Amino acid sequence: MDWGWVFGNIGELASLAARNLYLAMIPVVLGLLIAVPLGVLSVRWGWVYPPVLSATSVIYAIPSLALFVFLIPFTGVVGTTRDLTLIIPLTLYTLATLVPNVVDGLRSVPEPVRQSATAMGFGGLRRLVRVELPIATPVVFAGLRVATVASISLVSVGELIGNGGLGFLFTDGEQRSFPTEIYAGIGLIVILALAADLLLVLLRWLATPWLRSGRRAAPTPGQTA
Amino acid sequence: MNAFQSAWAWLTQPQQWLGPDGIPARLVQHLEYTGIAVAVAALIALPLGLLIGHTGRGSLVIVTLANLGRALPTLGLVVLAFLISNGSPAAVLVALVVLAIPPILVDTYEGVRGVDPDVKDAARGMGMTAGQTLLRAEIPMAMPLILLGLRTAAIQIVATATIAAYIGLGGLGRYIIDGLSEDNYAMVAGGAVVVVALALAVQVVFAGIRRLAVPAGIRQQAQAS
Repeated sequence: MDWGWVFGNIGELASLAARNLYLAMIPVVLGLLIAVPLGVLSVRWGWVYPPVLSATSVIYAIPSLALFVFLIPFTGVVGTTRDLTLIIPLTLYTLATLVPNVVDGLRSVPEPVRQSATAMGFGGLRRLVRVELPIATPVVFAGLRVATVASISLVSVGELIGNGGLGFLFTDGEQRSFPTEIYAGIGLIVILALAADLLLVLLRWLATPWLRSGRRAAPTPGQTA
Repeated sequence: MNAFQSAWAWLTQPQQWLGPDGIPARLVQHLEYTGIAVAVAALIALPLGLLIGHTGRGSLVIVTLANLGRALPTLGLVVLAFLISNGSPAAVLVALVVLAIPPILVDTYEGVRGVDPDVKDAARGMGMTAGQTLLRAEIPMAMPLILLGLRTAAIQIVATATIAAYIGLGGLGRYIIDGLSEDNYAMVAGGAVVVVALALAVQVVFAGIRRLAVPAGIRQQAQAS
């Protein structure tokens, strides 16, 4: 490990890391924006869910490099749309992780809670936004953490089609037979992924004040879980 | 689409199905790498996961591994193994094994950990020793998750072996990597189609194993995964 090289190239490493984060996080945000309505629809209309679930397990199995190269004829590897060649597949992976979590989270809302909200005069949409989605939040965050870490790490595979953020350090290090570059790439990706994971834990803590300090909702006495 | 027509044309050329560079030979290589890596990883991770899940000691190690396993960039690990071993394909297999261990270990642990304590008490009450409890109660009940871990590992390794063609490993990734460097998109897309078919076949095979290896009573309880 040649630390001199690391400190001498700190600027370039930072810009590769920024690019890696950008390519990884756009899909996570897009995936979340699509997964929530898709999950809500799957819970409302049960018949939507089985095909959605099959689709997610198929997408999940497809190797990332194969998905990237399938998009090359449409979005290319150079030019303005080349980022989409990565962003679209990574969004699909995020969806495959998140949709089942959104559905499980919404299904975990106890029926009495749903009925109380209705009795208090909450309409369908307001009940969803104010009651059901907040209760689903911890489960959705669990999926979000998995999707985020995987996305940050998967971006580097994009380097095989010339656009992979920190993955550049792997191909460049290989061509120059310079392991330091590869250690730096692996280290930075792991650090970014774990930092993003910690940030999500913090966000979840902020978003679910009712779960803090052990004040977990106890099951109603007499009711078995 | 034109791109897919060219992929189809490439796939249906007779010479693609013959000789040492043909699809059957490459497929066998790919299956060899995947089979060896998953088998070695299972030999290490299954006993360890059973032990930690049964005793409950070392849970922190599992949580750390689960996070780290997802964060590790596959391309980086493969290139690193290749570089520090002076270009040995066996070293690349070691990288594949390393990547296959976390999903097997984590899911085996969670499967055994999640067995209802009442069931374990009942097993002990029937006079089973610790070993019998593990073999006849905990493992069968953990089987759905153990198989899920093995499947995740197998799919991960199919994808990573594809990527490892970048440093000269054989297998189906050769078509994608060579096609990209020769600017032969028909070959790239044709190779990607075969890789996807293999990944989906792995899914189907594991669905079959699940039917055979999971006791009927547990199969009904376990949620579809």
